[in-house]
Amino acid sequence: MQSTFKPETENQVIDALSMAISEGCPLEICGGETKRAIGRPLQSQTTLNLTNLSGILLYEPEELILTARAGTRLSDIEAAVSEKNQELAFEPADFGPLLGQARGKSTLGGTLAANVSGPRRIRAGAARDHFLGVKAISGRAEFFKSGGRVVKNVTGYDLCKGLAGSWGTLAVMTEITIKVLPAAEQVVTLLVVGLTADQAVISMSAAMNSSCEVSAAAYVPAALCDRSSVKEVSASNASKTLLRLEGIGPSVDYRAERLSELMAPFGATMRVDGDGAKKIWQEIRDVTYFADDLTTAIWRLSVPPSNGAQIASAIADKISGTEAFFDWAGGLLWLSVPEGGDASAQTIRGFLDPNSGHATLIRASASIRAAVDVFDPLEPGLMALSKRLKENFDPTGVLNSGRMYSNL
Amino acid sequence: MTGLKMPEPDQKILARRNEIIQALKKLVPGEGVISDADEMRPYESDGLTAYKQLPMIVVLPSTTEEVSRVLKYCHNEGIKIVPRGAGTSLSGGALPLEDGILLGLGKFNRVLDIDFDNRCAVVEPGVTNLAITHAVAHEGFYYAPDPSSQIACTIGGNIAENSGGVHSLKYGLTTNNVLGLEVVLVTGEVIRIGGKHLDSQGYDLLGLMTGSEGLLGVITEVTVRILQRPETARAVLVGFSTSEDAGACVAEVIGAGIIAGGMEMMDKPAIHAAEEFVHAGYPLDVEALLIVELDGPEAEVDHLLARVEKIATNNKADSIKVSNSEAERLSFWAGRKAAFPAVGRLSPDYYCMDGTIPRHQLPLVLSRMREFSKHYGLRVANVFHAGDGNLHPLILYDANEPGELEKAENFGADILKLCVEVGGVLTGEHGVGVEKRDLMETMFNQIDLDHQQRVKCAFDDKGLLNPGKVFPTLRRCVELGRMHVHAGKVPFPDIPRF
Repeated sequence: MQSTFKPETENQVIDALSMAISEGCPLEICGGETKRAIGRPLQSQTTLNLTNLSGILLYEPEELILTARAGTRLSDIEAAVSEKNQELAFEPADFGPLLGQARGKSTLGGTLAANVSGPRRIRAGAARDHFLGVKAISGRAEFFKSGGRVVKNVTGYDLCKGLAGSWGTLAVMTEITIKVLPAAEQVVTLLVVGLTADQAVISMSAAMNSSCEVSAAAYVPAALCDRSSVKEVSASNASKTLLRLEGIGPSVDYRAERLSELMAPFGATMRVDGDGAKKIWQEIRDVTYFADDLTTAIWRLSVPPSNGAQIASAIADKISGTEAFFDWAGGLLWLSVPEGGDASAQTIRGFLDPNSGHATLIRASASIRAAVDVFDPLEPGLMALSKRLKENFDPTGVLNSGRMYSNL
Repeated sequence: MTGLKMPEPDQKILARRNEIIQALKKLVPGEGVISDADEMRPYESDGLTAYKQLPMIVVLPSTTEEVSRVLKYCHNEGIKIVPRGAGTSLSGGALPLEDGILLGLGKFNRVLDIDFDNRCAVVEPGVTNLAITHAVAHEGFYYAPDPSSQIACTIGGNIAENSGGVHSLKYGLTTNNVLGLEVVLVTGEVIRIGGKHLDSQGYDLLGLMTGSEGLLGVITEVTVRILQRPETARAVLVGFSTSEDAGACVAEVIGAGIIAGGMEMMDKPAIHAAEEFVHAGYPLDVEALLIVELDGPEAEVDHLLARVEKIATNNKADSIKVSNSEAERLSFWAGRKAAFPAVGRLSPDYYCMDGTIPRHQLPLVLSRMREFSKHYGLRVANVFHAGDGNLHPLILYDANEPGELEKAENFGADILKLCVEVGGVLTGEHGVGVEKRDLMETMFNQIDLDHQQRVKCAFDDKGLLNPGKVFPTLRRCVELGRMHVHAGKVPFPDIPRF
């Protein structure tokens, strides 16, 4: 029988873990469940749901920090910081719609456990870079803390980094302190129209290498443009290379002009202001271009930016029906491929150099996720080390075991 | 040493010293093994010069293969290893052990690959922080973290310590600027983490390695992110008659959404020392001096400078001076950058501390520090990375006066305990090392420390890499691995289920 614990206090989390350990009953750890369909399917009969452990505990805008319980909805945090003209600079994506879930349900804990970042990753860093302090309960049912509530700290080991992106396999986070930053006063997106993927990657590199402080750079091929709700992107049957500038008005205006000049040799440019300039990036961030048809498999590839176009075109040549767009100036490839077989895992991974890139299967049926490696297979040495880390934090394997890799 | 206990030397290892020297010479041919006491002298301490210890042997490998062979041998023989970059650590992270080898990475000094298309550089760990910037400057790039020792400190050491610098609020610490590592584990096994792409697969081992103070592995190759230099930078120098006003000004600047490239504060003793030393043009009749540097396009810098000036005026600034040339901007910084040696001229010795506090606690911390100063009879000067709350009190003492070093250390410990008491931390950028090791328990309980040590156990279960650093007591991994379970007992009737 499936059962769910919804602890309201840290002590109840400890109790749930003590029970799980003593009864040998593995737990599935979750928050808003928006990302529950990412990773290998779990056999667990019991779910530990953290959404009742919620609430902002401390928010000091002038110290640039916010502390909240792990189950706090990200939308609540974003609303609170936006009142003070601040934001989470890592721009966390909401994968709800991409995975057939409602929007706005993801939690702070889930976001950090999956290290979810958005387009600004290339400038401001990932979720893990803004993760300052944590209280958590390990698979030993022991409550521990790490980090602090200040933005600069090197006291002791940075267990926040260890927990970011660990998908709940090492500890259950209960309280999290993050860095918050001022939100930009003005956002402008510059569109370069009609580039090939190769040209787009070169132009994005030129933009990133300039002193224009581009805060996001993406490429949408002609075939996907009509899926955008922003008219400047959907207009005309031509690809769009998107460059975002953020900051105070006079600075953004100046940089937009300079960037237009810099992009002139590549193609015609168009400036988008206001809500459209922001909406463009929400679509890229949340992968909404692939959210309408839920039957395809979705891959997320992190690669050296200059290789992005080449890898995407090699994959598209091999797998018919591939659709792709790029974020992170070519360093992040979002692919939609037909779901059959192994969802093309072997073909796609065959194009990656194991020392410089990885592919994650973000969306596929449970049977495919049970059969193929959802996360990129690790080199034996790294796997052995990761396993030792898991055994030290969760010796009996009660925390999301098997979610990332069959033996973690 | 004043009361610092290091792990008991292993007499059996010491008795085998000659045999170990011969074995190491085979593993690292040429001039790679030093065993003569005089020749080992330069390695007896790092930047925390109060502590000195000759190592058993110094080994200077020049390839990953050699590092791997040395570690494998040491692991098999149960020999301790202390890794070292340039030895600029201010927390004793590279303090040798009597029965350990000191593994110097200075020969790893090549820049391997500069990749502007992917905005990164691949270098060996012995390359200095500033040399990375020099290697990419011709294309207008630089490596952002800038610890004050950047001319000498190595990138390998920066990663071990997760070094910061005066620009870290805007541009991050080392951990936010590293993309990849090659690491030799204590067993001699070589692993690669990350690369030219972002966010490696699996656990964030890159994040765990950064700031691990040489206890987890030996770094043999590094990939760092490089950035295009901002178009311009200008600084404003603001004097205040109280540190409260200066602190309020900083809070209001940040509250207004301005993240300055650098925001530094100095107290009166530091201002006077710096002015006498470099004649930077600092006002001498103020209690606190703030340097705010804004960088970016000129239009942005001018606009923000005007806002900062207005905020400063509203917060009762006594004097405001904006740099009107690059030379003037550099002169504003010259005093701050020379603050440590300038304070050093006031006294035979000084002891540099490194706590971080929530910024609004600054007035309280400064006033308590004045009480401590009176109590110990030692002077203190303060420089402060005001943007991120990282405080560097410099305690003046004379090591030749019996008991003064001990007094300075107790004074320092009181300051750091105060930092923790007001919601801050023991160290913002210098690391724990041996210096703050025994204070870790003021911030962490045993369970917290055990969980940190479990990371150590995953990497080095025999505890051979840099023992005696970071952790007040290094517990045996076997002991840490045990779990006490009372099977069948269900002490949790009140968990809400549905």
